[in-house]
Amino acid sequence: MNGKKMLAEAGRTTGRGLVLAVTALAGSITLFVLSVLSITFVLLGIGFFSTPYVLTAVRAHANRRRLLAATWSDVRIPVPYRPMPADLRTGVTGHVERTTLMLKDPATWRDLTWLLVDMTVGATVALISVGLFIYPLDGLVLAAGLWKVFEDNPFWYGFVPVDSQLTGLLAAALGAAIAAVGLRYGGDIQRGHFLLAKSLLAPNQDQELAQRVAHLTETRHDAVDSSAAELRRIERDLHDGAQARLVAMGMDLGTIEALIEKNPAKAKELIANARQSSAEALTELRDLVRGIHPPVLAERGLGDAVKALALRLPVETDVQVDLRGRADAPVESAAYFAVSEILTNAIKHSNADRIWIDMIHSDSMLRVAIGDNGEGGAKIGSGTGLSGLERRLGTFDGILAVSSPEGGPTMVTVEIPCELS
Amino acid sequence: MRVVLAEDLFLLRDGLVRMLEAYDFEVLAAVETGPELTKAFAELEPDVAVVDVRLPPSHTDEGLQCALAARRDRPGLPVLVLSQHVEQLYARELLADGNGGIGYLLKDRVFDADQFIDAVRRVAAGGTAMDPQVIQQLLSRRAQDKPIGQLTPREREVMELMAQGRSNAAIASQLVVTERAVSKHTSNIFGKLGLPVSDDDNRRVLAVIAYLDRGQQ
Repeated sequence: MNGKKMLAEAGRTTGRGLVLAVTALAGSITLFVLSVLSITFVLLGIGFFSTPYVLTAVRAHANRRRLLAATWSDVRIPVPYRPMPADLRTGVTGHVERTTLMLKDPATWRDLTWLLVDMTVGATVALISVGLFIYPLDGLVLAAGLWKVFEDNPFWYGFVPVDSQLTGLLAAALGAAIAAVGLRYGGDIQRGHFLLAKSLLAPNQDQELAQRVAHLTETRHDAVDSSAAELRRIERDLHDGAQARLVAMGMDLGTIEALIEKNPAKAKELIANARQSSAEALTELRDLVRGIHPPVLAERGLGDAVKALALRLPVETDVQVDLRGRADAPVESAAYFAVSEILTNAIKHSNADRIWIDMIHSDSMLRVAIGDNGEGGAKIGSGTGLSGLERRLGTFDGILAVSSPEGGPTMVTVEIPCELS
Repeated sequence: MRVVLAEDLFLLRDGLVRMLEAYDFEVLAAVETGPELTKAFAELEPDVAVVDVRLPPSHTDEGLQCALAARRDRPGLPVLVLSQHVEQLYARELLADGNGGIGYLLKDRVFDADQFIDAVRRVAAGGTAMDPQVIQQLLSRRAQDKPIGQLTPREREVMELMAQGRSNAAIASQLVVTERAVSKHTSNIFGKLGLPVSDDDNRRVLAVIAYLDRGQQ
């Protein structure tokens, strides 16, 4: 490490330490006091109005620390808060409801414990990381001449009694050693600060399990809903399509039987009809099968199925596939229909004249990125096809991300955790 | 003419055997699975094979893979591939070696015995039989392209039939025009698309398909 780098490193650690110390002292103390007051006032009734705001501020404060932990020290602290129901009432009852829900959430009480620890131990740890760079400055100043002040009455710099140039230089050397320690361990000390926060802010096992159960309940619900809807659609398609054609065919054949001797010409005409009906029934069944489980997917797997799909699009489409093996059938099918839906969206709304599809499997994760050069403006929101897709992917713990600024380009990414075999 | 047939559904296999025999084909073997087909290719010397894409035991594209492997051993071995669905992806793989004698049809096409038998004979003779759906898919992708936009509706019709592998005579009888009119249309088409004119029917077909398939990976 050269001097410039060391100085930058020292500056960065000091800066970060100061930010942590100030937020831990000012922020945590203020919020802790406000929370305690507000929660106490709940007994008087007034607290119902202030508590949701104060606790929301606490959560924001904790989330800021989570962000710093991730960006500065790569310590990831998951968020444990229970989601608020969407149908909260407004007015007084709404405030009461919100306050009760927040106070019932164990994460709230863990947050408050954290505030207490943060303003004491947390702040101290942060200040130590700052002190490791500030204290050496003192040593330098002593060596530079400040020692003269203490000629009669020695000033203790660490364990060095400073009262002469020599002891002043010793103090500077000690300072340099402390700064070296700071350079080596300053980052670790701040990491320690974040780990302390993590021990209190991260969901404990019970909370994690509760979150998982909530997520599974929701996605199971979605899965049941969407498969029921799918079955209804298939039933309707069969009923109105192939089934009706076969009935028509049977009727034609019956009439042909009756006519074949009396009126061969008419019978021949009806035979042509019957053949036409059977061809149409086949076409409809083929389309239906494609919608249930595309044949290429069964025969060749996800990569080729998407390639075959791309060849059917009216827009020039590049497909890159890097999959070594095949995923489980349900995952393949989910990924295929996700891609198919995203492509349909792109064709319908984007006005793009080029589409790219990139499929890769790495680190137990199937990633599909679909980009187009169209007009953009796609988003996941209520009522859009994309939010339905997001829910369906949820069943597989899959994720959908959309980047689509107005004016384009659009990039949609699907991630599904899975193994290939 | 000697045929090997691979189809796992008994009813369809039986029906195809009867149809082929009714048109004076000699059915050397009518097999059910991929390994049996590979064995039949190795031991018998068929003039043409009619193969279902999906075969046991894997029920994936085993028939297609067997057919492609047999053609690698014996380039140009005539194979007519049948399927419940047609995919441009598979058509491209079948045509990739540039040798003739390839057919790729929907199973529905057996409804019309005359046309189906015509396709088998064409493939056996080293020609091509592409399903109209494949050609339509290709065409719909290229419909906006300039040279194809310049074709008259009649020329497009002729081109579609040509790409399916039909001969001028067959096209003429289907469109109820004279053969001379058809050959005039074809030379117009080749002129507009900038393709070299060839007397060889099969090369002509492959040129048109390759033209339509161009620019897509």
